[in-house]
Amino acid sequence: MDWHQLWTIVSLPDNIPIVGMLFIIPFFTWYALRQARANDRLAERLENDPDLAKTHHRKVQPFQKGWVREVAVWPYLLRMEFLAAIIVTIILMVWSITLDAPLEEPANPSLTMNPSKAPWYFLGLQEMLVYFDPWIAGVVMPTMIIIGLIVIPYIDENPLGNGYYTYKQRRFAIWTFIFGFIILWCSMIVIGTLIRGPGWMWFWPGMTWDHNRLIFEINRDLHEIVGITSQPWIGIFGGLVVGGFAVAAGYACHRIIAATEFSRKILNRMSLLQYAIMQALLIVMLALPVKMAARLLFRIKYVWVTPWFNV
Amino acid sequence: MAENNPTEVKDKSAAPAGNNGDGARTLLGVTIDPDEIKKKAQIDLDALKQPTKTEVYKSIFRVKHDQTARSRTLGVLSNVFLHLHPAKVNRDAVRYNFTWGMGGISFYLFWVLTWTGVLLMFYYHPTKVQAFRDILYLEHDVPFGKLLRNMHRWAAHAMVLTVQLHMFRVFLTGSYKKPRQFNWSVGVILLVLTLLLSFTGYLLPDDQLGFWAVTVGTNMARATPMLGHEGPFGPELGMTPFNDVRFALLGGSIVDANALLRAYIWHCIAIPGFAAIFMIVHFWRVRKDGGISGPAPIMLEKEIKPVRR
Ligand code: HEM
Repeated sequence: MDWHQLWTIVSLPDNIPIVGMLFIIPFFTWYALRQARANDRLAERLENDPDLAKTHHRKVQPFQKGWVREVAVWPYLLRMEFLAAIIVTIILMVWSITLDAPLEEPANPSLTMNPSKAPWYFLGLQEMLVYFDPWIAGVVMPTMIIIGLIVIPYIDENPLGNGYYTYKQRRFAIWTFIFGFIILWCSMIVIGTLIRGPGWMWFWPGMTWDHNRLIFEINRDLHEIVGITSQPWIGIFGGLVVGGFAVAAGYACHRIIAATEFSRKILNRMSLLQYAIMQALLIVMLALPVKMAARLLFRIKYVWVTPWFNV
Repeated sequence: MAENNPTEVKDKSAAPAGNNGDGARTLLGVTIDPDEIKKKAQIDLDALKQPTKTEVYKSIFRVKHDQTARSRTLGVLSNVFLHLHPAKVNRDAVRYNFTWGMGGISFYLFWVLTWTGVLLMFYYHPTKVQAFRDILYLEHDVPFGKLLRNMHRWAAHAMVLTVQLHMFRVFLTGSYKKPRQFNWSVGVILLVLTLLLSFTGYLLPDDQLGFWAVTVGTNMARATPMLGHEGPFGPELGMTPFNDVRFALLGGSIVDANALLRAYIWHCIAIPGFAAIFMIVHFWRVRKDGGISGPAPIMLEKEIKPVRR
C-alpha cells in the first residue's frame, strides 16, 4: 500500500472538488431520499384515508389553520440569501488562502504530460475514450447527454411528484437519473481522477504510479473471436450485433417501463414519438456500461468494424 | 457666500440696515437673522440624526424601512436588484432543505467569478510571450494577486459542482414538470455554458496543465463525424487538419497563439455574455412559471387527470 502515492493524488489542489464530491453527492442523495420517504409515507396515509386527504394540507412541514401560507421575501428569504452569500464567501476565502491554484511549467508541445488529463468535470468523457473511438466518446455521447437532458421534461408524462421529493411516485425516473448521473457520470469522473495513472492505465488506490509499467493486453474485435475474416461480412456481422443489442436493450427497457400497473398507466399517456425518443436515449445510455463490460471482462475492442468507422 | 461679506451686504441691501433694530439684516429681500440661521442649522442637524427622513434618503429608497407588510413588499418590488424576487414566497420554500440554495449559490459564484475575472484581466495579456509571465507576476508581485487567482480558480470549480447539484435537486423535486419544462432546458444550456467557461479558462495560464488538457480536449474535435478530418465520413467530405472544426476552434492546426487568443475571447466575452443572457431568461421564467415549484402539496395517484391532446 503506497500511502504516499494516494496522498499525492488526493491532496492535489485541483482534485479537491472530486474528493469533496465523494462526500457531497452521497450526502445530498441521502438528504433528498430522506425527504422523499417522509412524503411517501404521507402519501400512503392519504391514499388510505380519503377523508383526511380532503382536509390535510398535504405537506410534511407543519401547518395550522390560521397560519399564512406565504411569507414576505424581505426579510425571510433575503436573510437566508444573505447568510448563504456570507458562508460561501468565507469558505472561498479560507480555501483560497490555504490552497494555491496549480501552475505547472510553461506550455511545451514537445514535452508530453503523462498522464495528461482533462479538467476533472470532463474526465468522464476522457474515460469513455477507453471504450469508444473519439467520435463517439467525444462528440456523439456528449451531444446525446445534452439532448437527453433537454428533452427530459418533454418525455416524462408522469404528473406526480411535481414540486416535492418523492420516490414511490417516480421510481423509474429517479432510478434512470441516478443511474446516469451518479453511477455513470460521477463515478467515471472519480475513476478518471483517482484510478487512472500514467498511460491512462488502471492503478488501484494505493498502487504506485509506475511510469515504466507495461500491460500486455490483447484486445480483439468481436468478429475475430467469431472467426469472420473478410469484409463485407465483418461489417454486416457487426451491424447485426449492434442492431441486436439495440433490440435487446429496448426490450429490456420496455419490460422495466411496463413492469407495474402504475408505470403502464404512465406509458399509456405517452405519444409514440415520446416513447421512441425515450427508448433511443435509454439504449444509448445502456450501450456505455455494456461496452465497458465487454472491454474490461472480455477484452473486446470493437464490435462493429466498417471501412468508415468502428464501434 | 455673500452672507459672509459685510461690505457687500451694506452696499447692496435694499432695505435700511437694522431692520426694526432687532439686528437682522436683509439681503436681496431675504432676512438674515443669526437666530434664524441657528434655527435652520438645527433643522439640518436634526435631519442627520434621522437620515431616513431626509429627502435624499427618500429619493434613493422611496420606501419606509419598517415592519409593515406594505413597506416590506415595496422594499423588494421597488429595488432593481431585488425585484426579481416576488413579494411573497411559499412559507416552506425559504427553508434550506427544499432547494438547498444551489441555484442562488451558483449565481453568487458566477458573480464572484465576474468580479475576480475582471480584476485578473487588468494583469493578463493573451499572448504567448506574456501570458505565463503574467501569472507569475500575479502570484509573486501583484498585491493580493495570488489570492485573486486562487479565488477565481476555486470559485470556478465550486460553481461546476453547485450547478450539478442544483440540477440534481431540480430533478428530484420534479420541478421540471409542467409548467417549468422550458426552464429546465434553459438550465441545461446554462450547465453546458458553465462547463465551457471553465474549460476555456483552463488554457489561459499557458502552462503544461492547461496546454495538454486542451490538446486532449480539442483532439476529440478531429473525430467529429463529417466535420473532423479523422471522423467518420470527414475525409470523404474533404476535411483536412487545415479546414476542419478543430481548426476553427483553435485558429490553427495546433494549440498555439491563436488558440490562446480565441480561448481568451470565448472565456472573457462571448460565453459570459451568453451565460448572462440565459440567466436573465432563467430567472425571469422562474418568476413567470409561478415562482419556485414547492414544497407543493402532495398529489395522489387517483387524482391523475387524463392527458389532453
Ligand atoms: C449557471 C447555472 C444556474 C443558475 C445560476 C441557476 C439559478 C437558479 C435559481 C436561483 C433558481 C431558483 C431556485 C433555486 O435556487 O433552486 C433556479 C431554479 C430552477 N433552475 Fe436553475 N440555475 C442554473 C442552472 C440550472 C440547470 C443546469 C438546470 C437544469 C438542468 C436548472 C433548472 C432550473 C429549474 C427547472 C428551476 C425551477 C425550479 C423550481 O421551481 O423549483 N437550472 N435556478
